[in-house]
Amino acid sequence: MRRQFHSPIVLLGARLLSPYIMVFGWYVIIHGHYSPGGGFQGGALLAASVLLIRVAGGRRIARLQIQEFATTPLAVIGVVIYFATGLVAMAMGGYFLDYGALPIPGMDPDWLRYTGILIIEVGIGLAVMAILVMIYDNMVKGEDYA
Amino acid sequence: MIWELELVIYIFLALSAIVALEVKDLLVAVVMMTIFSFLMALLFVAMGAIDVGFTEAVIGAGVTGILFVVVVYQTSRKSKD
Repeated sequence: MRRQFHSPIVLLGARLLSPYIMVFGWYVIIHGHYSPGGGFQGGALLAASVLLIRVAGGRRIARLQIQEFATTPLAVIGVVIYFATGLVAMAMGGYFLDYGALPIPGMDPDWLRYTGILIIEVGIGLAVMAILVMIYDNMVKGEDYA
Repeated sequence: MIWELELVIYIFLALSAIVALEVKDLLVAVVMMTIFSFLMALLFVAMGAIDVGFTEAVIGAGVTGILFVVVVYQTSRKSKD
């Protein structure tokens, strides 16, 4: 085990960089259906911004951002958004994940597919972010870095 | 893409892979693997696969590097028994 020491410069750099990575992650998720990127890449960017604070600041500072017990419910919410969208389309008479059959009033089918893919991407992004953070939390369990 | 620039990227790719395999310190190997991943993402983008390159840059150079650093800190070079 190497010797650990507290460095305010590293923490300041991580605090400066983390919000911009998070905004870029949301940008990638929201624009995922007509440009490169999507739910997985945006969720991995969100997870990278959360993990940067966790590596640089340690458990005491990371508790202020996303707590350890909150990762499992976030992942469940993401998976439920995905399957609820698919199953609602199935209940309305279409196939599984048939976005054209979603029951949103006042939308023609191509705009409905546009919106359906956007909802799916948000669910995938939440699930990927929460599960990558959960993997890190389970790897460092019992020890505190920085 | 300009082929001279691509040749330079290929040379650095091979160099970083050899250094990551041969170096003794595991932290240096992790950093070299991150550099390898980022150069690979540049090559993917140059070949026209924007989506693959984006995924490689985010996963290979971002999240995997952090997880490998955690693994390196949790292991020791010599065994205790």
